[in-house]
Amino acid sequence: MTEQPSTGTRQATRAVRLSERAWGYLLASPAFLLVGLVAVAPIAAALWLSLHRRLPVFGVEEFVGAWNYLQLWSDDRFWAACRTTLYFTVLSVATELLLGFGLALLLDGLTNGAGKSPRWAQVMIVVPWAIPTVVSAQIWAWLYQPDYGLLNYLLHRVNLITAPIDWLADPDWAIHAAVVMDVWKTAPFAALLLLAGLKTIPRDLYAAARVDGAGAWQQFRHITLPLLMPVVVIVLVFRTMDAVRVFDAVYVLTGGGPGNSTETLSIYAYKTLFQTLQFGYGSALATAMFLIVAALSSLYLLLLRRHLQEAT
Amino acid sequence: MSDAGENGRGGVMHWFRFRGLALCILALAGLFCLGPVLWQGVTSIKPDEDLVRLPPIVPERMTAAHYERVLFHSSLVRSLVNSAVVAASATAVAIVVGGLCAFTLARLPIAGKPVILGLVLATSMFPPIAVISPLYLLMRGLGLRDTLIAVGLTHAVYALPLAIWILTSFFRQLPGELYYAARVDGCTPLRALLSVFLPLARPGLAVAALLVFIFSWNEFMFALTLTASDATRTAPVAVALFPGLYEIPWGDIAAASLVVTLPVAGLAVMFQRHIVAGLTAGSVKG
Repeated sequence: MTEQPSTGTRQATRAVRLSERAWGYLLASPAFLLVGLVAVAPIAAALWLSLHRRLPVFGVEEFVGAWNYLQLWSDDRFWAACRTTLYFTVLSVATELLLGFGLALLLDGLTNGAGKSPRWAQVMIVVPWAIPTVVSAQIWAWLYQPDYGLLNYLLHRVNLITAPIDWLADPDWAIHAAVVMDVWKTAPFAALLLLAGLKTIPRDLYAAARVDGAGAWQQFRHITLPLLMPVVVIVLVFRTMDAVRVFDAVYVLTGGGPGNSTETLSIYAYKTLFQTLQFGYGSALATAMFLIVAALSSLYLLLLRRHLQEAT
Repeated sequence: MSDAGENGRGGVMHWFRFRGLALCILALAGLFCLGPVLWQGVTSIKPDEDLVRLPPIVPERMTAAHYERVLFHSSLVRSLVNSAVVAASATAVAIVVGGLCAFTLARLPIAGKPVILGLVLATSMFPPIAVISPLYLLMRGLGLRDTLIAVGLTHAVYALPLAIWILTSFFRQLPGELYYAARVDGCTPLRALLSVFLPLARPGLAVAALLVFIFSWNEFMFALTLTASDATRTAPVAVALFPGLYEIPWGDIAAASLVVTLPVAGLAVMFQRHIVAGLTAGSVKG
């Protein structure tokens, strides 16, 4: 506890306060400067670029106003990319959350909510998370390989399929193949965060509930779920943001193909920028995506606001 | 603690009745999590002829040819060195700059802290694609395109929110009296940070550094865009663009994948507990 300054020293304290504040701005300024230079200024520049038609190959550079955005509105490929991104996000985040929750409950139950999880369980959870996304894409590309990939072999062995499936060449399968890879990489980690949350729930609550005659389901429904909600929201927020922005996993696994069936917004924007070198239109795509993510994240920040205030 | 079995949280054990069943499910989950990585390991030691036939699943013959090829006859080692340089410098910059900012947010009376923390969080949600083209033009304008500086700097900035978030929560846990005592003794805020807070926040600094390092080591899009030659490519980019002349060299890719993964997976397994603590800082109490 800090003591309130006495009347005699108030004047001096105010002087210290002021310089403390100045110190604060001074110490925080490198962070603001770097973020401004490498994150905020480029956003503004992208907005500016998106108002131009810019094709470096042909030496074209002209101001076209909102033309790129009008183009975007009638671009089927853009809407298809939106749908693909939405489908990928909803399916993978929902699956990750469910599987992660199940795994967390299982581990928590096995350790009776207190002890350490077994070492191998920790390893199995943390390894997929730590693996570079690019590597996980290569691992799964090999598993999905139609002729001598492990997946087709195993499915064939248990008689689930008769002919090999070319997972990544079939538009209907490819997006789901990408979802499975994403779930593999992130569900264990969702479990890890949820498990950390489970461990903060006081065990007395369960004992008290049992005394009152509550069954397992009632304990879960009225104690576990409500008390874990903040963590669930956090996992949901961060996983959604990652899934909406997904690039490297899908880009390396399928390159957006076959056709454009796995082309997410990030991949479409990236290809427009760096493969066809349309910097203006690509920037419009990127800006549109920024706006979508900004809208989503402000929604989420509202959800998280209570948390944020507690942390401050 | 003695009748732990009866105190199982949420009564999950009541659903399963048998601990064995729970362990079985867990083992299946473990197979799903680690199986693909193990298979990559198996692939990396199978001779090429054996890669194009299944069965056998367990290799009958083993070879080090893939490892030899990627370690001695490709630019992978160069990429690993690049990644190490980039990740180490990104970590240094993010920790110094982020640490100063986090200390301010935790201890100094500046205006609008919730707003700043909110903005920090928002920055971490930026889609990197939204800044990639101007960033590319900026780095080219500065003459930094195809340099490790460009990649390291970008990684540092995009890891800043994470570093600030974690360090702020660690600095907040240290008693404020320490700070006031140091100030009364005539320390400037900066000196108080360096000689009082830093030594005490060492675990927090280590966690933040670890997470920034792993982020930078694994990052792909910026590294892909800002580099253009073998001399500057980072390890993930090298793995993604692995050259295949006629067909995809799965064995080489498997070997390269494992070599690239080993440092970060090793760090993650060793410091698993701390990583969870860091990622849940400020979000999960306890």
